[in-house]
Amino acid sequence: MEIELSILLASVVAGATPILLATLGETITEKAGIINLSLDGSILLSAMAAFVVTYNSGSLLAGFIVGALVGAAVALVVALFSIYLEQSQVAVGFVLTLTTRDLAYFLGNDYSRLQGPQVTHLPIPLLSEVPFVGPVFFNHNLPVYFSLVLVGLCWWYIYWTPAGLKLRSVGEHPRAAYARGIDPKLTQLLYTMVGGLLVGLAGATFSLATKPGWGRPQGAEGTGWIALALVIFGGWHPLKAAAGAFLFAFLQVMGIYLQGWFPSLPSQVFQVAPFPLMIFTLLLMSASQNESVQRFAAGRPALKPFLQILSGAAPAALGKPYRPD
Amino acid sequence: MKIELKEIHKHYGPVKANNGVSLCVEPGTIHGILGENGAGKSTLMKILSGFSRKTSGAIVLNEQRQEYQTPAQATRLGIGMLYQDPLDFPSLTVLDNFMLGRKKNPEQSRADLNDELLGLCQSFGFCLVPSQLLKILTVGERQQLEILRLLALGIEVLILDEPTTGISAYQKEILFQALNTMTSAGKSVILVSHKLEDVESLCHKVTVLRKGRVSGEMVQPFDTDTLLTMMFGTPPRPPSRQPQTPGEILLSLEGVSAKGGRLGLRDCNFQARESEIVGLAGLEGSGQSVFLRTAAGLIRPRSGSIHFRHENLTGRDYHHFSKKGLAFQPTDRLEEGLVGDLTIAEHFAVQDQKQGLFLDRTRAASQAGRSIEKFKIMGRRESTAESLSGGNQQRLLLSFLPQKPALLLLENPTRGLDLESAHWVWEHLQVYSEAGTGIVFSSSELDEILMVAHRVLVFFNGRIIKDVAADQTDVNALGRALAGKV
Repeated sequence: MEIELSILLASVVAGATPILLATLGETITEKAGIINLSLDGSILLSAMAAFVVTYNSGSLLAGFIVGALVGAAVALVVALFSIYLEQSQVAVGFVLTLTTRDLAYFLGNDYSRLQGPQVTHLPIPLLSEVPFVGPVFFNHNLPVYFSLVLVGLCWWYIYWTPAGLKLRSVGEHPRAAYARGIDPKLTQLLYTMVGGLLVGLAGATFSLATKPGWGRPQGAEGTGWIALALVIFGGWHPLKAAAGAFLFAFLQVMGIYLQGWFPSLPSQVFQVAPFPLMIFTLLLMSASQNESVQRFAAGRPALKPFLQILSGAAPAALGKPYRPD
Repeated sequence: MKIELKEIHKHYGPVKANNGVSLCVEPGTIHGILGENGAGKSTLMKILSGFSRKTSGAIVLNEQRQEYQTPAQATRLGIGMLYQDPLDFPSLTVLDNFMLGRKKNPEQSRADLNDELLGLCQSFGFCLVPSQLLKILTVGERQQLEILRLLALGIEVLILDEPTTGISAYQKEILFQALNTMTSAGKSVILVSHKLEDVESLCHKVTVLRKGRVSGEMVQPFDTDTLLTMMFGTPPRPPSRQPQTPGEILLSLEGVSAKGGRLGLRDCNFQARESEIVGLAGLEGSGQSVFLRTAAGLIRPRSGSIHFRHENLTGRDYHHFSKKGLAFQPTDRLEEGLVGDLTIAEHFAVQDQKQGLFLDRTRAASQAGRSIEKFKIMGRRESTAESLSGGNQQRLLLSFLPQKPALLLLENPTRGLDLESAHWVWEHLQVYSEAGTGIVFSSSELDEILMVAHRVLVFFNGRIIKDVAADQTDVNALGRALAGKV
């Protein structure tokens, strides 16, 4: 089987969109120090909601808006329980994952396997004509473009704006942020919900573009967990997390190709292959922090940028509820 | 700005941290708040800085009664505080730390703030690099940044809570100079400390707190004995160097280099003997903590060899070292020494050598009870380590030491302790030394080292640059060595 590289990469870019959106959303949330563990369920719930709304109203815009709001609503529950009621983020998130998943299947039951509207293909004039780059990046639909723009936007917001600095300060040391006139709880609430909005968009993108339609299974199952892992993989840095999302999508697409090349191997091998590879990459990341590896690299300047890319630390106050004096 | 605190009460449940404290700070002066650990100094200052809320009482600024709820509001009124555990962001850059919490001013760009910071640095003789990450700075430098940040916000009163803990003598000098510069510009400074010498050398007036109440006030010139009486009731007697004839060689390091800290450790030669107390001096991060950890087997040396009683231990781990009778205790009691959530009794249960299916709680409880009595720990068997004061945490940690250790390696054993606790610690350690135990300890206080040590090592940039008997040197000679001049 021949591969046309531009087609392969184009399908990677298109396939990565929902994971990318969810990963960016969770990165923002965790930068503020809150872990929203409910991703896997809230993606499904917002996918269902977006499909149902679009099916009934005929408006894709309404679908995306409702999907995003559902994601934000689930995030709000996590935020209220963990920030204001000081409950365990992990426990609340876990229970919500299961609840929202089952709720999605239950409420969406009547809409299973219906042909509904989906996002239209929208090549960008001129840019899509550019050889190679055009088909890879500029021959998609709106959610794909949005997610690509969002990667840069997140990075700029978190690292280059005063508001982003405040966001990071709350995730690092909420007490110190408080001493400087920032309200840690309100900030955490805000960014948990912003993250939830993006997670909701990821769900809507699934049911309206990437895997159009609703059913059980929908096809989005497991994405939330991958996104949670990718946040760690990316060292809580939006650009690196985005790279991780593309890598994951690439591995998935390659699985399809490889299956064609090795028909004798069971197809499950290629379906699960991305997961151990991700674990292997995580291992590489933690190894780069190892003292003996750093000692080894100290005398070899060529390795330094490589190690720098791999390194990344969690916000210091991640998962620890802020309690004022 | 003139500050008056009137009848401040702060109650945590039944505990009265402040019980009717009144004091007055005149503008343009340095006012000392003195008291032992747990006297209520920090609580009082956190109320003034807006971080904690008072139970009752009044704060009067320039004859106007003020009510405020947050540190930001206090800063707007002109009150800024340098907290005991630094409230800054290690993973952000110096400039980011400087910027955070400032009101938005669209006409000020990042570059302007950069210039402002450098300008402030220059006027105070500080040396900070705006683009550096805060975590590679020393405690003293982080303090300097925080002071500049507060000044840039336009504060009139600066509160410093135990600012000289953990910074070098040189940095202390710079700090004190900066504080004097501030007061000559009409600003007020409130210095909270349990160190008499700091307060005596700097302050115009001192208020002494004891058990949540004002136990006395004094203006310059100070009388040390009176201040001590105000702090403790009866002043404690300082420990002194006990004459000791060093015995056999216990630990010897030959040409040891190791990694860690900022500069690591380079080419160290050292021998510890029985009954000998060796003090490690040096600016913070000059290699003392790497040295102690390497000697304890926690850090593996990159080169050189470590022998204990002529047995080669190079490359072995901490457990092997401790079986030979070496014991190490770190500075950071809650980080490395104790488990914050566990109670005193549970700490003993964890160390119980007896194996079995069930925890022997009665045994642990009776052990804990004995130690609480013997080590005079202010706490109950059910108290968590976290809830104990610094001095009592140190007592608890000392109670874990083996009965007859061969060599004790102690990192800043009296850091953050008040005089009484520090003296108690040394009296206790000297008993070990009399029984033949060698002790190697680091301290940022030259006076402490000269008071109890038999031999002094001075570290500079990861090397031992001076190795001298304590009775053949003095503070000035050591101070020069600290700065690299032997």
